Amino acid sequence: MKARAAALARLALATLLVTALPRAVSQAPGEPPAGKQSGYAWMARETRAIQDDALANPGMLSVLDGEALWARKAGTAGLACADCHGDARLSMKGVATRFPAFDARLGRPLNLEQRINACRTERQAAPALRYESRDLLALTAYVARQSHGLPIAPPADARLRPHVEAGRAEYLRRQGQLNLSCAQCHDGLADRKLVGNPITQGHPTGYPIYRLEWQAVGSLQRRLRNCMAGVRAEPHPYGAAEAVNLEAYLMWRARGMPLETPAVRP
Amino acid sequence: MSGRVLVTVPRTARRGEIIEIRTLAQHVMETGYRRNEVGRPIPRDIVRLFVCTYNGVEVFRAELHSAIAANPYLVFTTVATESGTLAFRWSGDNGYTATESVAISVT
Repeated sequence: MKARAAALARLALATLLVTALPRAVSQAPGEPPAGKQSGYAWMARETRAIQDDALANPGMLSVLDGEALWARKAGTAGLACADCHGDARLSMKGVATRFPAFDARLGRPLNLEQRINACRTERQAAPALRYESRDLLALTAYVARQSHGLPIAPPADARLRPHVEAGRAEYLRRQGQLNLSCAQCHDGLADRKLVGNPITQGHPTGYPIYRLEWQAVGSLQRRLRNCMAGVRAEPHPYGAAEAVNLEAYLMWRARGMPLETPAVRP
Repeated sequence: MSGRVLVTVPRTARRGEIIEIRTLAQHVMETGYRRNEVGRPIPRDIVRLFVCTYNGVEVFRAELHSAIAANPYLVFTTVATESGTLAFRWSGDNGYTATESVAISVT
């Protein structure tokens, strides 16, 4: 009786392994899961409704703040964003789909927030805006909104490639006390649940997002810091080179997906 | 202090028609129950009252409290009785007020 039970258990284990294996080997490490899906796909009907209605989406309040800031003069140069870039609806269309982008003068990639701050300090002669400050999020959201619905298109820039590769290595690196890599959840366990919440594929399609948990708009870097704290790793400081590399890799991984800014997430 | 508000009202309606009004107000809705990094209470900062008037007549009123989410989104209905103005007013802690008015034409 005992032997039979053990044999059955072995059979059950073997069946488990056989069914589990194809899923594990069908995907190269760090490659996006087949059939890329935005976090939107896992959201409740009610949360989708908030995102879809521009007059109910609280992220749009930030976009409108950004629109006002775009036209406001800042710094000792006495310039507004609009003085150089004109109508953002034309000049900024598609721009957010190509960030992070390599900055030749600084010799490193900049994300959209850093690009806006570079413009402020170099052209407007204004102090850089603090990461996650209301104004920086608003300007970023306003610029990114102009690419709403356009496919994410990371630039085919050879100088950017090593940074994307470094970002991929960061994505695959096990870290923190829980010793987990990004890939283990967002490639391997996407579509499963973590404490009742769906694990998504982790595509940054709608940043800055309005996150219901935050009750506020936040950047991709804030979201990444969240995940890192979740695996008990030390989060990268805002704007750290490693974090920008990771952003660059994630955008490459999400290439072709339409931008949803400002997305709403639970 | 005032904040940004978004209001959706149908521009035209038939007399007697029930119209849906949607409002979104930008506000942090700080509960007053949280503490900061050094343990000091963060003072409450919420919207206390929302009132909608239709040609001067109050048609909807809401009292808001600490448990209500940031950027309160209120949806309500009223009956289109005559052409005129729907006026909205939010007020709250720290002298917060926001107003908006929308014209409606009733046929």
